[in-house]
Amino acid sequence: MFKVVTKRFLNDAKTICLFEIEAPLVAKHARAGQFVIFRLDEQGERVPVSVAGYDREKGTVTVMVQAAGRTTKMLHTLNEGDCIADFVGPLGKATEMEGLKKVCVVGGGVGCAIAYPIAKEMHEKGIEVTFIAGFRSADIVILKEELSAVSDKLIMCTDDGSYGEKGFTTVFLKQEIEANIASGKAQFDRVVAIGPDIMMKFLADVTRPYGIKTIISLDPIMVDGTGMCGCCRVIVGGETKFACVDGPDFDAHEVDFDSLIKRSAFYKDEEDEAAKHICNLTGGVRNG
Amino acid sequence: MADMSLTKNLMPEQDPIERAGNFDEVALGYTEELARAEAKRCLNCRDPHCRQGCPVQVRIPEFIAKVNEGDYDAAYEILKSTNSLPAVCGRVCPQEKQCESKCVRGIKGESVGIGRLERFVADRHMNREEKEEIKVPESNGHKVAVIGSGPSGLTCAGDLRKLGYDVTIYESLHKAGGVLVYGIPQFRLPKEIVAAEIDNLKAMGVKIITDAIIGKSITVDELFESEGYEAVFIGSGAGLPQFLHIPGENLLGVYSANEILTRTNLMKAYREDYDTPIKKFSRVAVVGAGNVAMDAARVAKRLGAEHVYITYRRGRDELPARMEEVEHAEAEGIEFNLLNNPCAIHGDENGHVTGIELIRQELGEPDEKGRRKPVAVEGSNWVLDVDTVIIAIGTSPNPLIRDTTEGLTFTRKGGIEADDNGKTAREGVFAGGDAVTGSATVIMAMGAGKTGAKSIDEYIKAKK
Repeated sequence: MFKVVTKRFLNDAKTICLFEIEAPLVAKHARAGQFVIFRLDEQGERVPVSVAGYDREKGTVTVMVQAAGRTTKMLHTLNEGDCIADFVGPLGKATEMEGLKKVCVVGGGVGCAIAYPIAKEMHEKGIEVTFIAGFRSADIVILKEELSAVSDKLIMCTDDGSYGEKGFTTVFLKQEIEANIASGKAQFDRVVAIGPDIMMKFLADVTRPYGIKTIISLDPIMVDGTGMCGCCRVIVGGETKFACVDGPDFDAHEVDFDSLIKRSAFYKDEEDEAAKHICNLTGGVRNG
Repeated sequence: MADMSLTKNLMPEQDPIERAGNFDEVALGYTEELARAEAKRCLNCRDPHCRQGCPVQVRIPEFIAKVNEGDYDAAYEILKSTNSLPAVCGRVCPQEKQCESKCVRGIKGESVGIGRLERFVADRHMNREEKEEIKVPESNGHKVAVIGSGPSGLTCAGDLRKLGYDVTIYESLHKAGGVLVYGIPQFRLPKEIVAAEIDNLKAMGVKIITDAIIGKSITVDELFESEGYEAVFIGSGAGLPQFLHIPGENLLGVYSANEILTRTNLMKAYREDYDTPIKKFSRVAVVGAGNVAMDAARVAKRLGAEHVYITYRRGRDELPARMEEVEHAEAEGIEFNLLNNPCAIHGDENGHVTGIELIRQELGEPDEKGRRKPVAVEGSNWVLDVDTVIIAIGTSPNPLIRDTTEGLTFTRKGGIEADDNGKTAREGVFAGGDAVTGSATVIMAMGAGKTGAKSIDEYIKAKK
């Protein structure tokens, strides 16, 4: 069993919640860009979630989870001191940052939670970080102070302008790239983008003409997360890759987004149906 | 006097129509009466060839003689002395290719039903009322780590514990058992049987740590340096599913057999009270014809598919699955599309599978293994209408240990290189089972686990 040490909602709308979980084996090796698989209880499904932070000494790992389907909604009802059945990892490869000097990190919604530890590790390595954080509206904005602390420049934007700048991340990314050109400053040697598939697809279109290498972190449907089921396969550069062992980071200019988006929606009907059946009394928690 | 009837006593089974709609075990097992009758068919040969056909050298005529006498506890002791998982082997071993293929009774008529008798003895022991006290072998103070809790890992751990070693098994999934739990379906190997065998090992003092991925959560180096193990046995299996590399393979509705089997067996998607979803399907093509393909096809049928087709590029005589599985599948209404090889999967504008394109095959000259090679009949392409395709053409060794462990060498196919004694290129590291050979059988993996345990014992003794 794995204990919830800290639980804290990260925004006013309470859509995204931070959980610090006691998991010494995961904490020992976890790095930014990797993920874990958790399972609530015996009847639960295995759900992948990115590593948002770790404390090697305390033996804890932090994840930031958006309530989306049945399992994540049930997770949100847990409290400090409660336990979940499984928490295994770290899985996948860590984000590569060797030799980089100037990076633009783009996060969309809960994607900022995954982008944050990457920006943090880059910042600690002395890489110049520009962070563009996009949200739908002010009530779901997360990690204001944290992002500011790890970025040389931070642009916060919302679709409706209710917080920060008004507009999509694509607009501000293009603006920053152009500004580097206009001012004669060094161009980004890497863009790292994490967010909804459709956002990453458009961000890839922005950077493509400039030839800036763009890495995205994918979150396809998984079962085991260890390379066994092949459910998470994505087409990258015409080849089939498994996001769980070959990724989750891939070159955005090589990813077949249309196939990715279709595959991610495959269980939408089942998800909607399952989410309707969460018990109002217990929040659906069975053994927790 | 031996019973000279030419055929085995029939195994009682669930009715095919009924069982195709449930996940309960298909073969019901011999009654005491049937077991005694079958045991009488054994000639108790002075030079028992059957034993040579068994990768773990079960003392076959001896245990059958005890069944004949009605001394089932003694029969169990004999089985258990060389085989740590008899209830599993009695159900899933390809006996017709192993022990039973060597039985002299098979020369004229059918061999003795060795597998059925093994199952009878193991089940009877498991179901007996008074539980014996399991002896916990005294510790010899030496620590060994076993990676993976599938058949090779469990066997290796059991044998080493019996010799006094402190054994810890590391399992990456949330449940111990490896392929016995995620791969082989409930109706062929009830998970309660696997759990009981694992509980026996735990009672003997074997420690099992689940949710621990070697190479990720903890490395082989750390097992030696910080955890103090003197030897490591790698039995991590061949987890990675192979695909066909044909157009349309990433369409919605194309699965690896591993995915369908993991969703149903490990995650229990067929049960209402479990959360893992599984799609409803009506027309299913399974590509491949090994045991895993039969399992996937029969699972699909039980999940409600109206038509399930096995598509295989060779003919009936070449089917690689256990005979019993093929017969069971046929009885349950699985349709066989033999001598057909897929070349593409077709889909609609939403990316959902609509059919599988097949090319008819003819059998040509035998290949190096003596199996006749399929040759495509030009222009014979046709499309089988299906909404689901399950690929069951084998698996490759998982790369997690390969990518994170120094000092090991690997085969061209990605398997860990180990000699006949399970020794790898790195000192103190032994390996066996599918992680070495690529996908094979439960009993082959158990044989490798046994060999590994013996080699580890010799290695540690020599070090002292």
